[in-house]
Amino acid sequence: MILLELFLIFLKIGAFTFGGGYAMIAMIQAEAENNGWLTQEQLVDFVALSESTPGPLAVNMATFVGLKTGGIFGAVTATLGIVLPSFIVILIIAKFYEKYCKSKAVGGVMLGLKPAVVGMIGAAFISVSRTVFFPTGLHLSAFSAASFWVFIGIFALTAVLAFKKVHPIKLIVLSAAIGVGAGYGIGL
Amino acid sequence: MKKSIELFLTFLKIGAFTFGGGYAMIPLIQKEVCENKKWLSEKDISDIVAISESTPGPIAINAATFVGWRRAGFRGAFMATLGVVLPSFLIISLLSLILTEFQSYKAVRYAFMGIRAAVLALILKALWMMFKASKKKFISYFIMGTSLVLTAFLKIDAVFVIIGCGLFGLLWSLTAGKEKRDDTA
Repeated sequence: MILLELFLIFLKIGAFTFGGGYAMIAMIQAEAENNGWLTQEQLVDFVALSESTPGPLAVNMATFVGLKTGGIFGAVTATLGIVLPSFIVILIIAKFYEKYCKSKAVGGVMLGLKPAVVGMIGAAFISVSRTVFFPTGLHLSAFSAASFWVFIGIFALTAVLAFKKVHPIKLIVLSAAIGVGAGYGIGL
Repeated sequence: MKKSIELFLTFLKIGAFTFGGGYAMIPLIQKEVCENKKWLSEKDISDIVAISESTPGPIAINAATFVGWRRAGFRGAFMATLGVVLPSFLIISLLSLILTEFQSYKAVRYAFMGIRAAVLALILKALWMMFKASKKKFISYFIMGTSLVLTAFLKIDAVFVIIGCGLFGLLWSLTAGKEKRDDTA
């Protein structure tokens, strides 16, 4: 039953995600919350691991979530679910893709979709920042915790480096090292 | 059959050596498929980007399916897609096994606490890139804001947000187009 559920949910995510992996985070998050599959922390960890391993972000995340919730068969069905919609859509439009891409209707729909995706990545940013900075919930005492400032520091540093086009894997290794250092140094 | 196997191996290589997925994969596809194998022209590559942007799903899958189909029909599409997915699938499965072994270590937990802050930075970067690439028009900003509020605060299912914004864009462009025609008439 969980397999069918996984398949359908990832089919839905595959069919309604435009503009790559990051747009998918908000969607996976909502599903994970509804089904109680993963904690917010686990989801963010999956994004990190998907970035540090080769291959499409979306496929990596589907495999991870599938494995975690339904074992190896879960991984297969989730991956199949995420791949199938693109595969079918491309096969359908492959013959007349020029007409499709240049059609006014597709252009109009994309006029609405592209900014919608930006908004959804914004939503992912908001919810992930809650997970990172306020793991125990939003209250004033969070600001006085040393760990809060450590996370702010790591975020600021990696954000600057990311905008300077430093490779994501280097950022992940760097932040892991700071995390371990701060963890043993001041206790996170 | 030979064509399909070649497609499979080429996309296996692309899947195994691109980090960050999607757009990071396009230059590699270009190098392998245009320069080395001469399967497609440079123009085809820009078509692939355009198609991937206006169809749902991971860009890598869109590109693999399209190249495979152009080269060897349905079987080609299937083999290319299988090739691009397989490395991720195997690597993640293996990693997942190792990870459960190590999760009990304190150092690993600390490392992930740090990494989460870096992921936030990566999301911010993706957000900025997408924002910069979008049209600088009131309507774009309006849809961005609406989609953000609906998804983040009102917890509306992303599927409805996508469908709603797509329909809104379509209606908007239809009515805007009509106004323009009325002006010129």
